[in-house]
Amino acid sequence: MTDILIDLAITLVKIGFILGVTVGFFAPILTWVERKQSAIMQDRIGANRADVMGFRALGLFHIIADALKMFTKEDFIPDGANKFMHTLSPIIALVPAIITFAVVPFGGQYTLFGKEVNLVISDLDVGLLFVFAIASLATYGYVIAGWSSNNNWSMLGSMRTAAQMVSYEVTMGLTIIGVLMVFGTMRLTEIGAIQENFFRWGIFLQPVGFFMFFTASIAENKRIPFDNPEAESELVAGYFTEYSGLKFGMFFMAEFIEMVTIGALITLLFFGAWHVPFLSTATIISLFDFLGATGSNIVAMLFHVGVFFAKVTFFIWVQMTIRWTLPRFRYDQIMNLGWKILLPLSLINIVVTGIIILALA
Amino acid sequence: MELFFFIPIALLSVLLALGVVFNSSPIGSAVSLIGMMLCLAGVFVLQSAHFLAILQVLIYAGAIMVLFMFVIMLLNLKTAEDSVWKSREHNTLLSVLTGFLVLGLAYKMVEIAMDSNFGPGMPVKDGFGTTEAVGTVLFTDYVLPFEVASILLLVAMIGALVLAKTKID
Repeated sequence: MTDILIDLAITLVKIGFILGVTVGFFAPILTWVERKQSAIMQDRIGANRADVMGFRALGLFHIIADALKMFTKEDFIPDGANKFMHTLSPIIALVPAIITFAVVPFGGQYTLFGKEVNLVISDLDVGLLFVFAIASLATYGYVIAGWSSNNNWSMLGSMRTAAQMVSYEVTMGLTIIGVLMVFGTMRLTEIGAIQENFFRWGIFLQPVGFFMFFTASIAENKRIPFDNPEAESELVAGYFTEYSGLKFGMFFMAEFIEMVTIGALITLLFFGAWHVPFLSTATIISLFDFLGATGSNIVAMLFHVGVFFAKVTFFIWVQMTIRWTLPRFRYDQIMNLGWKILLPLSLINIVVTGIIILALA
Repeated sequence: MELFFFIPIALLSVLLALGVVFNSSPIGSAVSLIGMMLCLAGVFVLQSAHFLAILQVLIYAGAIMVLFMFVIMLLNLKTAEDSVWKSREHNTLLSVLTGFLVLGLAYKMVEIAMDSNFGPGMPVKDGFGTTEAVGTVLFTDYVLPFEVASILLLVAMIGALVLAKTKID
């Protein structure tokens, strides 16, 4: 009985940690980073109006101001809108973004006080597919949001979302097949463990796959240059035109959490997960041997979690830089890129990967 | 423990399936259908067929239904009160024939239920329902149906392209 309670406690701690990092830390901080980075890139001062007793703290108080504004703003549902669906859709958009983290490992396996601790909430056999299955459900949030708003701009936005999501999901799925072929497993913890060897990092085994995956995932997240579903200059704000207050905030939060998911997946699949090149877990543990078995394991665990989230942060930064560098693609360009360039390329990638694996076997 | 999860999921899936049929708006029906597919995935999980459950969510709930929604919204179908949906005339002969079909289906279902053995289930093999197990079965015992199905899908895809394109260049 106590064993079950301990397991339950460990799982709850892991869930709390993931929620704290994504919803509690990354999502609010990223709203600030996005403003500050755009300001720096466009040579503006930016995001420094909110102050508490004269302190501005680089504009960090904007996070609190934003939250206050969202909570206190009038929650507006337009005339003729489907009230139930209109309220439901931000939830459908946000929840899958958080659930995907259930299978994302943020560290390896450690022995703490004689107990094996695996730094993943649920170590599923179909982990990688689970991420994509759940993430694809978020599409309904965006599609239903536009449909239920009784607004033509919203409607156009959600139709663009549906078309874009379906197009890029195909590429994404096919790119994943290449990754599965080289690692031979769908269990994300195993994929992470394999990359302890620097020469088996996904980026060396699937270089083309990385670029296609990154492109497709930005398109799936509907960020510039793929933000046609919300294109401000054409569709007011696309599918969330008719949303205000916290419901709008939920769409925004979903977008930022998806950025974290993309960063985490790219780190996991292509950039060695929680490992540092040429520094194996065994080396770290033996280096800190003087702290005892549990102590050295704790050091290794903290180090790995830190490395993992440092990498994730780097890839979030890359996504933000892309967002503020490239202009929005035209709609036909997006469709051409998806169907005529990325899709054939990902098929070729699978064939070439297969041939190389056969030749090496 | 299994019943504890199975009963709510099964009830919900039946309710949502009824929702598909009785909903007045096509989008409402589609949303119910998505919900029902998710519940079915839950039932698969309870049968320890994890791979199948994930595919159910990924392909049916995640991809195919998005296309359904897209088409419904593209055609801008509104509620059943609209003239489009009422224009079909009531046809007694058709209704009676459909009724017979349903009766036959119901009879078959009851027959299967009577014949089945509801005793304690067989123990599940080690690794049952994992990706590896499904893949092995698919590429050994069922390799011919698997390949035939993929050719059928290819034919359907090319057929759709030919039908949609008025002029082939």
